[in-house]
Amino acid sequence: AMEDVSAKFVSQKISRTRWRPLPAAALQPPDIFATGSWDNEDNRISIWSAGDLGNAGLNGEYHGEPHLLCDIQHNGDVMDMQFLDQERIVVASSTGTVTIFRHHQNNQTLSANHRWDKAHYHVDQDTSCGGAACTGVVCNNPEIVTVGEDGRINLFRADQKDAVRTLDNADSSTLHAVTFLRTTEILTVNSIGQLKIWDLRHQRNEPSQIFSLAGDRVPLHCVDRHPNQQHIVATGGQDGMLSIWDIRQGTMPVSLLNAHEAEMWEVHFHPSDPDHLFTCSEDGSLWHWDTSTNVSEKPSFLHQGGRSTAYLSHSTINQSVVSAWLSNDPTKDRMEITNLIPNQTLSVNSLDVLGPCLVYGTDAEAIYVNRQLFA
Amino acid sequence: APLTDTVPPQVVPGADSSSRQLCFAWGPAEVLVCETLFGRAGGSRPRCPSRSPCPARLWGEGGAGAAARALKDSVAGTEDGAPSSSRVFVVRRDQDIYIQTLRKLFNESHGIFMGLQRSEEELAGKSRKAQLVQVSKNYRSVIRACMEDMHQAAVSTRDPALQGQYSTQVSILSAMELIWNLCEILFVEAATAGPLLLRLLDWVRLHVCDVDSMVREVLSSESPSKHKLFWNVVDIFVLQGRMDEARHLLSKEASANPTSMNMYKILDDLMKKMPVPSLSNTQTLTELELKWQHWHEECQRYLQDGTFASNPHMESICKILLGDEDAILEKKELMTTWYHFLVTRLLYSHPTVKPMELRFYAQSSMDLFLGGESSPEPLDLILMAAFEFEMHQVIKECSIVLSNWWFVAHLTDLLDHCKLLQSHNLYFGSNMREFLLLEYASGLFSHHSLWQLGVDYFDHCPEYGRVYLELHIERIPLSTEQKALKVLRICEQRQMHEQVRSVCKIMAMKALRNNRLGSALSWSIRAKDAAFATLISDRFLKDYCERGCFSDLDLIDNLGPSMLLSDRLTFLGKYREFHRLYGEQRFPEAARLLLTLMTAHIAPCSFWMTLLTDALPLLEQKEVIFSAEQTYELMRCLEDLTAGNPDKQKFQDDDIETTKVEMLRLALARNLARVIVKEGTVEGS
Repeated sequence: AMEDVSAKFVSQKISRTRWRPLPAAALQPPDIFATGSWDNEDNRISIWSAGDLGNAGLNGEYHGEPHLLCDIQHNGDVMDMQFLDQERIVVASSTGTVTIFRHHQNNQTLSANHRWDKAHYHVDQDTSCGGAACTGVVCNNPEIVTVGEDGRINLFRADQKDAVRTLDNADSSTLHAVTFLRTTEILTVNSIGQLKIWDLRHQRNEPSQIFSLAGDRVPLHCVDRHPNQQHIVATGGQDGMLSIWDIRQGTMPVSLLNAHEAEMWEVHFHPSDPDHLFTCSEDGSLWHWDTSTNVSEKPSFLHQGGRSTAYLSHSTINQSVVSAWLSNDPTKDRMEITNLIPNQTLSVNSLDVLGPCLVYGTDAEAIYVNRQLFA
Repeated sequence: APLTDTVPPQVVPGADSSSRQLCFAWGPAEVLVCETLFGRAGGSRPRCPSRSPCPARLWGEGGAGAAARALKDSVAGTEDGAPSSSRVFVVRRDQDIYIQTLRKLFNESHGIFMGLQRSEEELAGKSRKAQLVQVSKNYRSVIRACMEDMHQAAVSTRDPALQGQYSTQVSILSAMELIWNLCEILFVEAATAGPLLLRLLDWVRLHVCDVDSMVREVLSSESPSKHKLFWNVVDIFVLQGRMDEARHLLSKEASANPTSMNMYKILDDLMKKMPVPSLSNTQTLTELELKWQHWHEECQRYLQDGTFASNPHMESICKILLGDEDAILEKKELMTTWYHFLVTRLLYSHPTVKPMELRFYAQSSMDLFLGGESSPEPLDLILMAAFEFEMHQVIKECSIVLSNWWFVAHLTDLLDHCKLLQSHNLYFGSNMREFLLLEYASGLFSHHSLWQLGVDYFDHCPEYGRVYLELHIERIPLSTEQKALKVLRICEQRQMHEQVRSVCKIMAMKALRNNRLGSALSWSIRAKDAAFATLISDRFLKDYCERGCFSDLDLIDNLGPSMLLSDRLTFLGKYREFHRLYGEQRFPEAARLLLTLMTAHIAPCSFWMTLLTDALPLLEQKEVIFSAEQTYELMRCLEDLTAGNPDKQKFQDDDIETTKVEMLRLALARNLARVIVKEGTVEGS
């Protein structure tokens, strides 16, 4: 319910929020997260604590608001951000620079650890060479892959000064996001509605597979892969549509789900409970997609605590694999969709889920933490 | 025109208007002011051009946001520079927009504002009023939260200059909340006789906090009754009508003085029995007035028979209970403000004061309290205007005094939703609500980051909001595609076609400059800009002719329906399709397509030679591909091209072109021969 959400106005527009990964054996819920800002004269990377659980009230309610641990100035808009490990964050800048920041936990400071200047750039006719916005970054320690408005794909290693590999002009349109499919393969989405698989072992500068939306080539803005079933991929587009793809077959999405009224900026499968998926959008909404519910046991319309809940029909193509996301079984052919932000007006630019916790940030200069997602 | 009639023209701080003539350039968010080289010898020109509305006149000194900043010193003429240098000032309309901590106020109140615009007007009577009061309280709680943040910032900083700034902001915010709260009681809630007094008491208790530290000191001392400020604190409680707290303190003193126990008991009894208005409707005003009259007489009796004569403190309290103005005024220091005095006076002499009677008591309270020693300050005048129910005066004074448009814009909007401002129209623009919202939103748009908030405010200005938005949105710098997409979304949602085209064109031009043909094409497709799509298609074709291969195949192969946007784009897509068919060795289909491109005039004439050259390898295939009819058509295309070209000279000069034509003629002739044989054979068999 909304009461479990704590908010903080931070006087900067938030473009990214990311939970710090938990150590392997951790039992505690996540506490530390990072944010990046955009469109400020002075943009910042900030590290926050979601709040001390010791402050919890008698009946276990949580009232604390996130508090700032440390921050550091960042040159340009923060376009994307990813934790490399417990201490290091890789940040993609609108200037085309990719920076690794280190969070020193002993004295709560941040410092720039390594920087690849103009990892993304335009070969300009007039001026020398201008940086091009780096729009996406993904890490698989020690490897870092970045994509940008220049259609370039870079492969870096955290410990190496120069790029391990660069695919110049990999895409003729803007690459909006990137994620790992397997250790050597990546997925990218671009501004003409294409989802591409790239095998980084191959020396050719061409994708190994291209999938695309039919009809109008609606730009795709975000992509995530199912954590356990690697063939299931979710993307979000400019029209707010959620597309589910089965990359083993066909070149078109398995299903198209109508959700947001404007650009879907991020899509994330829940890392440990992938029956749940979360999306956020320029229209100011954040949707929780739940395929875990056994619909037959529940009424078809549900209203709880001010949430607007509805079931969407799920149009699918015949699938042999039993996955809630690809299923066309009529009894399971529904999912519960909940908007977690009823009256928001400005864009929700980013979200991240880990364990029972959700963090998101908005253009209304606020960050929100929900610590009881499944309560 | 309540906003403009008294404020003198504002001279930009730092600009030398006494010896120089100033010139102006008006922008949507800023005014450029420049010192000219002309002296003011003539002196007859008005400083502010007669232009209406004239925003400069609205910006009072230190008032609603005249923030001038010398841009640069541009040396004009002489070497030493300084005396004759001219400066350009950027005058912004809203100074407070740039205060970091206040961004919380702008963002959070934006949400409340939007909620209010969405709120249901059909809610009738009480529930609508309750809703509006709640909105008002929400605004105030945001102001208070901001004040706390600012206070925290002031406490934690070590820079004295910064500390001063923060403290100033705290007092401004505190004044804003004080005014807003009073407006809430008088206008939004429109409290009636009885409850009105209770609300005013709450208001005073909330805002007169100068004495709080004294109260805390006394209450936390070991033995409060021994404390030298004990009676001060009792008086404070009585003056604020906090009877229970006053009685509690008094009981401590009483137990320490068993001899005067009786006196204490009588005073305690009087205080306990004091009739107060109730919020519920269980008693009528007449009943209250009767009870109150009775109680008043009882107090009078005890005072006259000298019950408290032995204790001047208690006697003075009894006089206060009787509403004795001199006795109350003696405690001036404990009240600190004239409006506290007003409320105390009302409590003890006119508890059933009606809203419309407030003005008389307010005026006389201010006169009595200030006693001619000091003149009223702007805040006093604003509160006075509120007590006089002069809403427009309140808004006008606030516009002049406060250093932001936030306050007046939001307060006016709320009052407008209370249907209190409808009759009032300005001689310029639309109504006052819209005028102030436009000013505020324009300020937001002049800010590097807050422009997004401004959009929603413009949306709720029916008269000029759209025009303002159109003007402002075009001036947002499009630093990244992501930002451009956000701007574009705003324009598309509002069917602002001109602006959509402009954003896409800017982005397409940028992409083109960066040699990103694919991106450039995407942007012009989004704007449905056929001319630009043609331009980019030509670039693709030129690149192809130069390099012999296509760039950006991933895009051209995926044009889909957008291919139909411009003829040239269609040709580009189809021509690429020809290459694909050829590559896949689907020769008859390729040949048919190639021919259609020319005969249906899809291909531009300048490209026909290339197409015919592309036909060469098809003509040379082992198998016959072009039919006789198709071959004739190809021949006609070639002849049209060579004959139709007025500049024949060019072909003859160019050996390669001549050879090409010759080769084509030869190949066509040979193909024709082969196809006649083949078709003849087929028909004959």
